[in-house]
Amino acid sequence: MILTLLPLLVPLATALLCALARSMPRLQRGISAGGALVLLLCALALLHQVLTHGTMTLIAGNWPLPFGIVFAADLFGAALVLLAALMLCVALLWQASDADAAPASPGLYPLMHGLVAGSAAAFLTADLFNLYIWFEVTLICALGLLVQGGALRQLDAALKYFVLNLFGTLLLLAAVALLHGATGQLNFTALGEAAARLDPAVRLLLFGLLLLALLIKSAAFPLFAWLPASYHTLPAPVLALFSALLTKIGICVLLRSFTGLFAPTPVLLLTLLGWIALFSMLTGVLGAAYHWDLRRILAFHTISQIGYILLAIALASPAGNAAAIFFALHHSVVKAGLFLVAGLICRQAGHYDLRRIGGLYAARPGLAVLFLLLALALVGIPPFTGFWGKYLIVRESFVQGEYLWGATALTVGFLTLYSMAKIWLQAFWKPHPDKNWQPSVVPRTTPAYVGLGLLVLVTLWAGLLPERLLLFVTSAAAALPGGGP
Amino acid sequence: MIWAIALALGIVIAAGTYLALSRDLLRCLIGLVLLGNGINLLLFTSGRLSSSLPPVIGADEMVLGVAANPLPQALVLTAIVISFALLCFSLVLALRIIQLAGSDDLTRLRAAEPTSQDAVKPALEEES
Repeated sequence: MILTLLPLLVPLATALLCALARSMPRLQRGISAGGALVLLLCALALLHQVLTHGTMTLIAGNWPLPFGIVFAADLFGAALVLLAALMLCVALLWQASDADAAPASPGLYPLMHGLVAGSAAAFLTADLFNLYIWFEVTLICALGLLVQGGALRQLDAALKYFVLNLFGTLLLLAAVALLHGATGQLNFTALGEAAARLDPAVRLLLFGLLLLALLIKSAAFPLFAWLPASYHTLPAPVLALFSALLTKIGICVLLRSFTGLFAPTPVLLLTLLGWIALFSMLTGVLGAAYHWDLRRILAFHTISQIGYILLAIALASPAGNAAAIFFALHHSVVKAGLFLVAGLICRQAGHYDLRRIGGLYAARPGLAVLFLLLALALVGIPPFTGFWGKYLIVRESFVQGEYLWGATALTVGFLTLYSMAKIWLQAFWKPHPDKNWQPSVVPRTTPAYVGLGLLVLVTLWAGLLPERLLLFVTSAAAALPGGGP
Repeated sequence: MIWAIALALGIVIAAGTYLALSRDLLRCLIGLVLLGNGINLLLFTSGRLSSSLPPVIGADEMVLGVAANPLPQALVLTAIVISFALLCFSLVLALRIIQLAGSDDLTRLRAAEPTSQDAVKPALEEES
């Protein structure tokens, strides 16, 4: 049962040890790599246990429910923890290369492990106040990572991230306080049961407040301003970690609360979420079409992809939940991979802005192929993962008669293709604007390519052999609280 | 009593929101701190204002009599510690930004998102 807590304890211990070894960079790197590998093993063991024995719960101090603080690892949570561990390993591997790695600093590794600890705990917790704590842990670690380097543009980005995210966290705390005041519970299950007996108007108000806080955290329309304001100032590996973890915490909790805590979910909230999803998809993809900086384009696409996941959640059916889980897993891997490709592009061609680079197809065909695979997966061209994810979502919205939502999802797919084609044409096909340009000789890129290759392999495996993943997400959706027969 | 607390909460949260919307960097942060304290107060009152006696079962008693609800107190203590740490961080961040930018006007702070001279395309940034 302690296995449920290990994905939280291991990175926390690693962060602590890394902080103690701050004056010895080699030792710190060793501890950090060891901690990441142990975390990966723990995450694999946890997923295996959950697959064989079902949801694993750990009640702190063996207090009887609903008094003990509960950690519950269901299939979705365990999969997200595994993903977090994988992304941490890839990011740390990337740090060993010269491809836009984060500048060495004593705080870097403790903060990265702290971020993973906070997100893993948020994926596993089944207690509302505990969730708030882990939101704050991820917030402070993310802030620490944002200000590494200390240039004005980074501090500016950190300030905007701080103010908007702190506002979201405060709203979450207000929702926690009001829910606790109304029901006297904090445990998800007990809270859901007690909330079902509340007056419908009070329920709507409290859940609306909680929904608002979680939507800020998941960067949905119109609350996403913190994401495009800050992501483009981060170095590639940290950015990949951010994009795989941060928005997913909001999504994960949203999915859990819509299936369990809010049940029976007020129809008004579901309809509202559907429209928010629609506008997230549209604004994200239109913002990406405007931008020319690779990282900004990809950051805006994150908002659009979050819209897809929210749409799947708004459909509120077992098939919709399965689609949301599939899309969340797909998006974490593919988007992180694309951010890493952007890091390599910048290192080889000299800039993140598409107007200043070009000619990479002739100079680096391998990188071009990696980008193409990930971009096609993001757009949703069969047989890649994006296709299966979008197919599940669009089919479920048509089955439920939500033709406008489904049609918007399809249209946004075409606009995504436009952005990816823009990157392809500008960075790879167009000759470099500088006639005398030679691709920069980057001393160590092998670790970067290995990490990126790992993510591409995961995408290809999931896309070409989707049956196992589809079965997995179906059982994960059924294992959600109140998620199925 | 509960009405007085509710009124105080409303005033603190309204003042916090007003200040947080300010263009002055330090006022914005003070607003967030006020907002955070208002919400901490809300969390504290979520256990009801019943009694001020400590929740201790006496030596000759078997059950707890009239006493304060200890759970919200534990929760609010955690929240206070966290908000204090974030306050310290934000003050250092603000100070550094004011030193580097030479201004505390948030509308002029566009280092991460420079305004574009071009009508259709975003600004070209020098550093990568």
